[in-house]
Amino acid sequence: MTATLTRQAPQHAPDAAATLAASTPSWSRRAKNRAASAAVVAAVALTAVPLALVIWAAVERGSARLDLTLFTHSMRGVVGQGGGLLHALTGTLIITGATAIISIPLGLAAAIYLTEYAGGNKLAAITRRAVDIMVSIPSIVAGLAAYALFSLILGPGTRSGLAGAVALAMIMIPVVVRSSEEVLRLVPADLREAGLALGSPRWRVIRKIVLPTALPGLTAGAVLGVARVIGETAPLLLVAGFTDAMNYNLADGRMATLPVFIYTQWSSKGLDTAAYDQRAWAGALVLMAVVVVLQLAARALPPQIAKLRRNR
Amino acid sequence: MTATVPNPTAAGQPPAPTAPTEAASLAPLASLAPRAAERLNPAAPAPGLPKAPGSMSIRDVSCYYGSHLAVADVSLEIPGRAVTAFIGPSGCGKSTLLRAINRMHEVIPGARAEGTIALDGADLYSKGVDPVAVRSKVGMVFQKPNPFPAMSIKDNVLAGLIIRGAKPRAAAADELVERCLVRAHLWEEVKDRLKKSGDSLSGGQQQRLCIARAIAVQPDVVLMDEPCSALDPISTLAIEELMRDLARDYTVVVVTHNMAQANRISDITAFFSLARAGEPGRLVEAGLTADIFSAPKVTATRDYIDGRFG
Repeated sequence: MTATLTRQAPQHAPDAAATLAASTPSWSRRAKNRAASAAVVAAVALTAVPLALVIWAAVERGSARLDLTLFTHSMRGVVGQGGGLLHALTGTLIITGATAIISIPLGLAAAIYLTEYAGGNKLAAITRRAVDIMVSIPSIVAGLAAYALFSLILGPGTRSGLAGAVALAMIMIPVVVRSSEEVLRLVPADLREAGLALGSPRWRVIRKIVLPTALPGLTAGAVLGVARVIGETAPLLLVAGFTDAMNYNLADGRMATLPVFIYTQWSSKGLDTAAYDQRAWAGALVLMAVVVVLQLAARALPPQIAKLRRNR
Repeated sequence: MTATVPNPTAAGQPPAPTAPTEAASLAPLASLAPRAAERLNPAAPAPGLPKAPGSMSIRDVSCYYGSHLAVADVSLEIPGRAVTAFIGPSGCGKSTLLRAINRMHEVIPGARAEGTIALDGADLYSKGVDPVAVRSKVGMVFQKPNPFPAMSIKDNVLAGLIIRGAKPRAAAADELVERCLVRAHLWEEVKDRLKKSGDSLSGGQQQRLCIARAIAVQPDVVLMDEPCSALDPISTLAIEELMRDLARDYTVVVVTHNMAQANRISDITAFFSLARAGEPGRLVEAGLTADIFSAPKVTATRDYIDGRFG
């Protein structure tokens, strides 16, 4: 049989070459191909142009105030020139940190339940649906919910950084659940089986095998969740409020944040409008830089962590 | 961890601290370890025989996936300190039965097993027996090598202890790692890179690492589910030699599609088959491997071995 094949092969070869030579694409097909390529490239460019414009605008107008004072001063007692966003940057870090502390354990626990324990039961279906709905809740509604919750407990009109963190957690938790669930599903089932077959309870297999294996992806998901909420404005405007001064206390009083800082600088300008505009743009630049750093970190972290674990 | 479960094999083995010398004494021991078949009644193994430690007795076992009966009414004696091979066509339930032996079958949602499977007379399925404890006495090696990627080679061997939260002293851990890797015929190849990830090993090395990991928790029985089917012939040969060697200290049960392999390595062969697709798998015939391959009593066994089906 092999012999037959090798005898026949040379006979077929010239035919194949002739077929290929005659198969040059027609003029109209090449034209269509070029047009389609051009359209796709144009679409990509159109998508990228607004991003470039926003970055350019923020850099051009914000860099004027990108000085040391911006990072060392709050707005306390400032009218007109000067002042800074230290209070807002600090508030953003505190509130976002608190949000992460609330959201990551809850979201991860829900994801572990969904992937490791629930199987296809009803509670899992309800949880997944709830997460889907939570993802699409407008952020202002999350803010209203937190506002209502804290008003009920502490009296109407209460504003605090903690309320802001709770509102942001409502936005971040579903993000963490979804990304963690996805990552946990990537951990091969045979690793779980191997762990169980070594004679260890399921929760220990999850803790010692599944979570360490998924850790890089879980970290990336959490960082992206933080990046998602760090720029939220509406709920914070509602429940964390705004102040010109430093406030390190999550539980007590209004706390400024970067997005709300940008908004208030722009919306309630004093007499020297240029100073307020410059501060707003500088705030936008700082916020964008923070988000970009977080996004890059989410990408850069996984290999680093994996390497750390290998060398341990 | 062995302290909680009586270990019938302890008397026959050198105590742990002297184990590094075990490596040096491998060769002379090999000649003292006759194939377990020579110790067995030439007739099919039956209850009442003097049993080597680690012997298992499977009685009227049926395995279900939900309402689907996958394995029906299997009764089989598995001699201790010997290699028993499960052969048969795809879907005959041999892997399912193997997983039922260490209660891994029930890990699949909806799956359950009925009947009794006894290890040295103790029923693994009686009420109040913790499946987790069963799995620490009856270890398992899977078809696809599955070292834990987030762990080093050393930690993979110690995984059974690490997962359980046990913290062995550094010296004891090093000693255990060396002993298990020597036992799994892997020590020489990895001793200089114990801190590296198990991912860096070849498939055959990974599978031997998984065997080292399985024996590090000191089981009596090692179950292997087609351990060579993802490996090249050279790696397969290494695993086969290892299986023979392991049978000196452990009861080895191996599922294989490779009949030549079953013939080469096993003392006992059990042939499973099913009437047609969708029917439950049943045990057709079991006995000494030499008998099954030379003079099977059932026509179906002969047809399968001769390659007429399956």
